This record gives sequence, structure tokens and C-alpha cells, in this order.
Amino acid sequence: MQYFNNPQALLRLITAMQDGFANTLIIFFATLVFSIPLGMVVALLRMNRRRIISAPISLYILVMRGTPLMLQIFAVYFAVPMLLGVNFDRLYATILAFSLNYAAYFAEIFRGGMLSIPVGQHEASQVLGLTRAQTFFHIVLPQVLKRVLLPVSNEVITLVKDTSLANVIAVSELFRAAKNEASRTASIEPLFVAGLFYLIMNGVVTLVFGYLNRKLSYYKE
Amino acid sequence: MLRANNIRKSFGDTQVLRDVSVNISRGEVVAIIGRSGSGKSTLLRCLNHLETIDSGSILIGGQAMVTTVDGHAQYASEKALRGLCLKMGMVFQDYNLFPHYSVLKNLVMPQRMVLGRSRQEAEQYAMELLAKVGLSDKAAQYPCNLSGGQQQRVAIARALAMDPEILCFDEPTSALDPQLTAEVLAVIRQLAVEKRTMIVVTHEMNFARDVADRVIYMAGGEVVEDGPAKDVLGSERSEAIRAFAGEASY
Ligand SMILES: Nc1ncnc2c1ncn2[C@@H]1O[C@H](COP(=O)(O)OP(=O)(O)OP(=O)(O)O)[C@@H](O)[C@H]1O
Ligand SMILES: [Mg+2]
Repeated sequence: MQYFNNPQALLRLITAMQDGFANTLIIFFATLVFSIPLGMVVALLRMNRRRIISAPISLYILVMRGTPLMLQIFAVYFAVPMLLGVNFDRLYATILAFSLNYAAYFAEIFRGGMLSIPVGQHEASQVLGLTRAQTFFHIVLPQVLKRVLLPVSNEVITLVKDTSLANVIAVSELFRAAKNEASRTASIEPLFVAGLFYLIMNGVVTLVFGYLNRKLSYYKE
Repeated sequence: MLRANNIRKSFGDTQVLRDVSVNISRGEVVAIIGRSGSGKSTLLRCLNHLETIDSGSILIGGQAMVTTVDGHAQYASEKALRGLCLKMGMVFQDYNLFPHYSVLKNLVMPQRMVLGRSRQEAEQYAMELLAKVGLSDKAAQYPCNLSGGQQQRVAIARALAMDPEILCFDEPTSALDPQLTAEVLAVIRQLAVEKRTMIVVTHEMNFARDVADRVIYMAGGEVVEDGPAKDVLGSERSEAIRAFAGEASY
């Protein structure tokens, strides 16, 4: 034991890993900020009646969910610059790949949520004279958010752990920082420290979703 | 007030409405009766533009919602349709209240969004209507905390809040037990006394006979009888009606 019985060494280790942790947080929050709205748009396009719109979206969802995220990260970092001739910052490439991937998962969750809203809600809205946009934003969306909270929390918890995949293109996130420390000091303890960080992050995520769930339980269906 | 001529409507291969014509005058209460599957709901849904017709015409207050040109139904522009549909109100069998809004907000939100009324104006009117249906004390509740009869009365108040010229009901009490049914029918009866124009699809024969001015009997997607309630359901009623209603209900 080098760290767990030595608070000063542990503190030094954590300091050495703090930049990695910061990057992990950036990937996490940036992915949420981009993928949730994008997922909503993808869900709406997927539900479009015209096949010319919904079919390519189905293909997009199939590819994103059907291939490894790790491969997608490689693809964005190496293949896109080759095709477009622009170079990506590693961190941006990671965020782009994560956002595109998670948007596909969120889209299917949102689509399921929207399909679960009874058709009567749409009919009542129409008969009262609400426009389609008003119906979506005021009637459908708030009810969908309540219904999708649980599956969304699952995805967010997975995202916390998936951020470690960024290390395949050498982004210095939490897991990579821990690995570096582990090989430098010939100890596996840094990896467990990293594990503890993920666990704490997910503890916070769980608390936040618990809070949202309580906030949204002012009504039952 | 409302004039529907020669309406035809099919779902796939099954023709659900065959040449249905209906006329509703101002202040009239019309009950539509008929066996399950005879097309009553479909007719009401067509009048509220929840279904599109295949051919025929629907005029509301003299304005065309849909006409037929060369055998094909042609609907008015989306904007015109919205205006026309606002003249119609609809109360559904399963209420369709907005569960995430309080009772008050269920009534206030459409008034503000669609009619552009101020919050104060909308709330005041909503409270008036809730008093009318006997639910003033439930304004702050959520629909999930109300009985079915109370939810249906909120739905009626919500429809009234938009000041429709014609109010349609599709079996408003068929999801309710007898006591709750009586609550809801009492509200509709009151509206009839106030000379509201209403079209009520119902299985309540006594209610149809007592409250409706006119009764339309539908069978197989056609209007088979259409006349004053006392003729269609009275002692001179036809064999078809006798068979339909079953003597037991009298
Ligand atoms: N969306 C639909 N798709 C296919 N068929 C439909 C649809 N809606 C109604 N039908 C069919 O149309 C016919 C008439 O239905 P409708 O609901 O108008 O009857 P109804 O008179 O209201 O019956 P009930 O008393 O049971 O409510 C039925 O045979 C029904 O199966
Ligand atoms: Mg019906």
C-alpha cells in the first residue's frame, strides 16, 4: 500500500489526477448539453411521416448504437480530418463523438416517451385550438420528461463511466491520469482511486435524478 | 348553425359513414344513438376535424370546413380550419384532461394561448365555469385526484371556457358508474336549459328522451331516423328503435 495508508501521498496522487478529472467533467457535461437537445431533434425527425426523412435517421441510430463507441471516437478523430482536411483537438473530437452517440440513445428514449403519451392528449389539444408547437412544448414535452426520467438517468450513469473511453485517443481524462500514475509508481491503487471518483460522480448523478423525480411527482398520470 | 351533407368516410376497405347528412340549428340539443360500431363517434370526430372525410361537405356557421370538388374532399386552409374548429367544442369519453396541469390551469392555459385572454380574465372565467359544474373547491387539485365524474365535469368546463358555438359529447358518461353519470348528466341538462347548441352521443335512452330536442338513430354508418325526441323515442317509436333500445330500458 502506497496511498491508502498515507494521506499525504494520496493527496499528491489526487493533485496529479486533477487535470484528468477536469477533462472528464468537461466531456461529461458537454456531452449532456449537446446530446440531449440533439436527441430530441433526432427523435422528432425519426417520427416524421416522410420516409425520406425518417429512413436516414433510422440508419444513423442503427450505426450509432450498433458500433462500438470506441470505434466512433477513432473515426471522428482520424477519419473526419482525412475526409474534410481539418484537424480536431482531441477533446473536441471526443465530445463530438460522444454527443453523436448519446444523441442516438436519448432519441430512442424520447421517442418511446412521446409514443407513450395517449393520443387523447393530442386530440384534446387540437380541439381546444392549440397549435402543434404549443401542443408539443406545453402538453407533450412536460409529460414526456417525467416519463423518460428513469431511462435517461440510466444513460447518464453509463456516460460517467464511458468518459474513460476518451483515453483511446490519448485525451488525458481521469482514467488515463490514473493509469499514468499507476505505471509511474508501479501500483494499481491509482486505478481504484479513479474508480472511487466515478462512484462519487454517479452518487451525485443519482441524487440529482432523485431530486428531479420528486419535483416531477406533483402529479400522477 | 351546422350543416353536414353526404359525408362518406372509410377506414381502409370498411366504409364507416355512408352518405350521412346532419343539420343542427342554433340552440338545439341533438342526441345521436345507435349500436356500437354504427359510426357515431366517427361522425362526431369528422365534425371536429379529428378525422378527414372522403367526400361530402361540412359547413359551420355558413362557412365551409370541407367541400367536395370532383368527388374529392377539399378542406379549408389550416388557418381557416383552426378558426372553424374553435366554434366546436368536444368532450371525450375518457376526459383527456392535461394531467400535469391543475384543474384551474387546464381551463386557463387554452384560453390564454388560443384566445389571448389575460391571466386575470381567464382565471375569473375559469372559476365561474368551475362553480357552474360544482367544482369551485377543486381548482387547485390535479386531475389524478378527482373522481371520473369530477374529471368529466372539468372537461366540460374546459370546453365551455373556449366559448364554442356547438358543444359535442362522445359518450360522456360511459366510463362512469350510475351515480357519477347522474352528476355529469345534470350538468349537461343545465346547459340544455341555457339553450346551448349540443350534439350528444349517448347510450342513456332516458336522458336522450328527456333532454334532447331531436334524436338521430344511426345504424351501419347511415342515419336511419332523425326527428323530434318525442317521436323517435316516444310511444310511437319504430320497430327498429324498439329492438335497439330493448323494452327493458323503458
Ligand atoms: N381509426 C380507425 N381505424 C379503423 N377502423 C375504425 C377506426 N375508428 C373506427 N373504426 C371502425 O369504424 C366503425 C365505427 O366506429 P365508431 O367508433 O364510429 O362507432 P360508434 O358508433 O362510436 O361505436 P361505440 O358505440 O362502440 O362507440 C367500427 O366498425 C370501427 O371498428
Ligand atoms: Mg363511439
